[in-house]
Amino acid sequence: MSETTKKTGTIRTLLRIFPYTKSALPRIVLGVFAALGAHMLALQIPSYLKDLVNVFDVTGNSTKQDALNALYPAVIWVLILGALEAVMVLLRRWLVLTPGTHVEANLRRTLYAKLQKLPVSFHDKWPSGQLLSRATQDLSLIRRWLSFGLVLLVANGVTIIVGVAILYSYSWILGSIFLVIVAPLWVIGFRFEKNYHITARKSQDQAGDLATSVEQSVHGIRVLKAFGRGKFITAKFANDAAELRKTELVKAKMVSTLWWALSVIPELALGAALFVGVFLVQSGELTIGGLAAFILTTRVLHWPMDSIGFLLSMTIDARTAVERFFEVIDEPSGLDDPDEATPIEKVEGRLVFEDVHFRYQDAPEGEEDLLRGINLELMPGESVALIGVTGCGKTTLTALATRLYEVTGGSIKLDGVDIRELTVEELRGHVAMAFEDSTLFSASIRENVLLGNPDASEEDLQQALAIAQAQFAYDLPDGLETRIGEEGLSLSGGQRQRLALARAVAAKPALLVLDDPLSALDVDTEAMVEDALRTVLKATTALIVAHRPSTVQLADKVALMQDGRITAFGKHSELLATNEHYRFVISSLDAAGALIEVK
Amino acid sequence: MSMQGVNNEEKIDLTKEEQKKVRARSMKLLGSIIRPVRHRLWVSLILVVFSQALRVALPGVIALVIDKGYPQAIKGDFTMIMWLVGGYLAAAVVSAALIATFVQYAAKINQDIMLALRKRIFGHTQKLSIEFHETYTSGRVISRQTNDLDSIMELLNSGGNEMIAGLLFMIFTAVAMIVLDPQSFLIVLISFIPLWFLTRWFQKNTRTNYRKTRVASAKLIVHFVETMTGIRAVKAFRKEKQNQDKYADLVEDYRDVNAKVIQLFGIFDPGLILIGRIAAAAVLLFGGMRVADGTLGVGVLISCILYVRSFYDPMEQLAMFYNSFQSANSGLEKISGVLEEEPSVAEPETPVALDEPHGHIEFDDVQFAYSNGTEVLPNFSLNIPAGQTIALVGTTGAGKSTLAKLVARFYDPVVGTVKLDDINLRDLSDDALRRAVVMVTQEAYLFSGTVAENIALGKPDATREEVESSAKAVGAHEFISALPDGYDTDVNKRGGRVSAGQRQLISFARAFIADPAVLILDEATASLDIPSERMVQRGLKTLLADRTAIIIAHRLSTISIADRVLVMEHGRIIEDDTPAKLIAGTGKFAKMHKAWRDSLV
Repeated sequence: MSETTKKTGTIRTLLRIFPYTKSALPRIVLGVFAALGAHMLALQIPSYLKDLVNVFDVTGNSTKQDALNALYPAVIWVLILGALEAVMVLLRRWLVLTPGTHVEANLRRTLYAKLQKLPVSFHDKWPSGQLLSRATQDLSLIRRWLSFGLVLLVANGVTIIVGVAILYSYSWILGSIFLVIVAPLWVIGFRFEKNYHITARKSQDQAGDLATSVEQSVHGIRVLKAFGRGKFITAKFANDAAELRKTELVKAKMVSTLWWALSVIPELALGAALFVGVFLVQSGELTIGGLAAFILTTRVLHWPMDSIGFLLSMTIDARTAVERFFEVIDEPSGLDDPDEATPIEKVEGRLVFEDVHFRYQDAPEGEEDLLRGINLELMPGESVALIGVTGCGKTTLTALATRLYEVTGGSIKLDGVDIRELTVEELRGHVAMAFEDSTLFSASIRENVLLGNPDASEEDLQQALAIAQAQFAYDLPDGLETRIGEEGLSLSGGQRQRLALARAVAAKPALLVLDDPLSALDVDTEAMVEDALRTVLKATTALIVAHRPSTVQLADKVALMQDGRITAFGKHSELLATNEHYRFVISSLDAAGALIEVK
Repeated sequence: MSMQGVNNEEKIDLTKEEQKKVRARSMKLLGSIIRPVRHRLWVSLILVVFSQALRVALPGVIALVIDKGYPQAIKGDFTMIMWLVGGYLAAAVVSAALIATFVQYAAKINQDIMLALRKRIFGHTQKLSIEFHETYTSGRVISRQTNDLDSIMELLNSGGNEMIAGLLFMIFTAVAMIVLDPQSFLIVLISFIPLWFLTRWFQKNTRTNYRKTRVASAKLIVHFVETMTGIRAVKAFRKEKQNQDKYADLVEDYRDVNAKVIQLFGIFDPGLILIGRIAAAAVLLFGGMRVADGTLGVGVLISCILYVRSFYDPMEQLAMFYNSFQSANSGLEKISGVLEEEPSVAEPETPVALDEPHGHIEFDDVQFAYSNGTEVLPNFSLNIPAGQTIALVGTTGAGKSTLAKLVARFYDPVVGTVKLDDINLRDLSDDALRRAVVMVTQEAYLFSGTVAENIALGKPDATREEVESSAKAVGAHEFISALPDGYDTDVNKRGGRVSAGQRQLISFARAFIADPAVLILDEATASLDIPSERMVQRGLKTLLADRTAIIIAHRLSTISIADRVLVMEHGRIIEDDTPAKLIAGTGKFAKMHKAWRDSLV
């Protein structure tokens, strides 16, 4: 019964998980047999009692000695069968549980690896709470289903079939009555599966949304504190949590209704059998012992039938969990290494953008590309500042150079090789970035700075810290071995930014990409960093997103971005003299003038 | 070592005293979440009592059918069997209906408990000070509110109902057996001895292991969240491999402890079954002998065997409940630790009212040092009259941000007081303080939702007009209008990507709409390009005209609108005057200003 109530949809979805369970599968199959074995043993007990009861039968003519002679072997059999049943249960758990945890671990690693591989554009769209709920809740659901739900569903299903056959062996009339009355359960289970699936999915998604709210409430804690919106956000969260509560209640209602049907219908069948049994016993068709065995067997079947309810809901929960898992796994990774990668023989750092177009995948149709034909050439060792109004695509352009996003037209070449011809590993080894939001990881200062170049020498490390003016690191409690908290939260914005800059410098890349790298630094520190950076930039090709004249002056040349194109390219002073838009974007002179004016 | 709050929360083997303390606080938490629903729990208990009583009666009815109904029916008298079978059916239907009702009723209680608990932890973490969040890390907070809560939910969902139902079922079964055949029940009683030993063994071994699973799963979540939040840097610096190795280790650690816990249960459960089956065989043996003697009816024996069989069934459920209880308990230990944390910046019990804030700020002999001992402000006094715009200038570490955070009461001074309109900040309610003082930082965090919602965070009841006019004031209106759905563009979805500069403009608009008496801008213009900054400054001039403002900026251009400049060094003010006078002088600010002017061209 259990198998047939599942629609192909559920089965097909669940089957997708099996490639990940290969190593565990043999033991799971054996586990099903062990579970079956336990049930079968339990089903045997009534038949021993049957003969015993017949000997005991009050209407019979047996002596006390007859009774005792029948009793002892029956007791021994019941004891052996019972002990064997316990062994079978032990065996089932032993067989299935550990492999189940291996499958869960395997799925978890697979999901994590996939998530690391998925392009940044994927992560832009997916709130991390939804990803987290997949990696935690969903996967443990799948494990429990594999090592518990699946095994018992199969075992209990078979047990019910065998049990009904045994019922037939006691009396075909009673067996038929039982079967006919129990048949509607098939329909009820089928209907349940359909409705429950939708609600289960909704509840899992809502749980993911809650995790997202939690995540944002922590990452945005400073803003929430600054505006005193703690209560506001808590009320909002409470609303969402109340929605989840509603969904859970709908689920509970569905399960309880199914459960009601599952426990009442077999009782109806038993009641009918009890009544009809009278006539069968009267007509000699059935012995009292046979009837007793029949009743005992239906009682043994009670749990397997009862359990179908929660096993079914568990199966459907697992199905939606599998769906949610594959929603991530099925995403195209975007960045597959070329079949035959062309390594760059000698890296010089010549970076060329050729008619580069880019639009975000989810940009509305009809909207123009964000980048509409960028042509830009950086000679080895040359540094170029990217200038343009906020939102014009500067950061996007820098992200293209290291394939955090993929160009949608044209090409980017590093030393004459299209960067798509390189392995991602190689490309990112040549390019180092410092982002505007300087993400640090929970590790020591040393590990953070040497992230892009773990083999760097102590001098390289010290030099990088010196260039970024990050010597404060030596004064931390454990010096360079100080572990900074997750996301580097215990450091100030300026300190984080300097460490991120040191990290980019320490990577000793052929191409250095700096996205507004000095925005959080004070004037003095900025000046010192600039002086130190100049020595690095002499030998390194660099693309620098700049908002300030002072940053611009780090670079040899300036490229002005406007309407998705490079509209001017040249030296800072030249552009300042000739280009009005450039003056608009970069010149603070009028602001400075205003300062004097106002006072 | 103290187990106060979240101290040492990853410790596995606790001393007796620590154990006692941790258990006391988690049981206190459990009690406090159950208390509001206790009346409904009684109702659900009554439902269960009746349904289980009926369920237990069923095998008894069967005994009657066989021992009494059948002999009469065979003789041709069907009255009794009709009654008995009818009664059997009625009992079965009603008992199932009661249980179904109970399941729904209990689900409601459970969900209410969960909702209350969720709100409580969420609200509490929001109340905790920045200082707590900076050291506890976001991954842990998330772990407490997801994984640890799940373990409690599991306890409520699977365990709670079944434990009560199972326990009652056992009690009723025991009663039924005593009524039917006390000797059979004696055998059941004897079986309690091995049961007790088995349970003790299980309990001892699971407790520490469950604690380990909580710690391991929290580590897993921390690492996961960090990777996903920093995915750009991960990719750019090819940290994937290193991450994957570390994650694989954490996954394996978690798997290992989890498997151990599950295996313990895998021994415990068959152990219970074995005891149950032996007891059933013993009942059969001793009962059978008495039937042979003619002192016991066959029907009674069959019922007793049915009873013994079902007596141990709930044992398994109880074991499962106990299992999830152990798991939930270690979740409770962690959660109660977080709830025990007091905000180091606490709200006053009887706040002083502040109806119309003017914005007069005063520092009286303030000393401040971070909890790790770094002294930032040695002895600081400052008076900012209402309506004045001051600019704070100085090198990193001079104490500018600290000063701002003290005004925003992210921290409290160690010594001395900070006053707003002559009221100690410690005496103001959080609501009053936040209405009066708003701080905008460099970190412009956007929450999922629309652009309009993000702006309206500064004033939740703002109209669309207010949202738009505040966006216009800071020069954000133009780019917002160009987004696919304008102000209704979801910042996480289709085309909602905004640049760092644009994010900062949105957070500016957020501050504008909040309309505070005191506005603190801590490097709030760092990521703006020059055209945007010009716009913002134009807006600021009107905005700051009649309110107090503290501006921290490395770009001296932002300072042009200040009435007064404070140059700070090592937590002291070394220059304090109007910008024009300072520029004209020969001090540090004059030097900085000259250097900055030179950098502009």
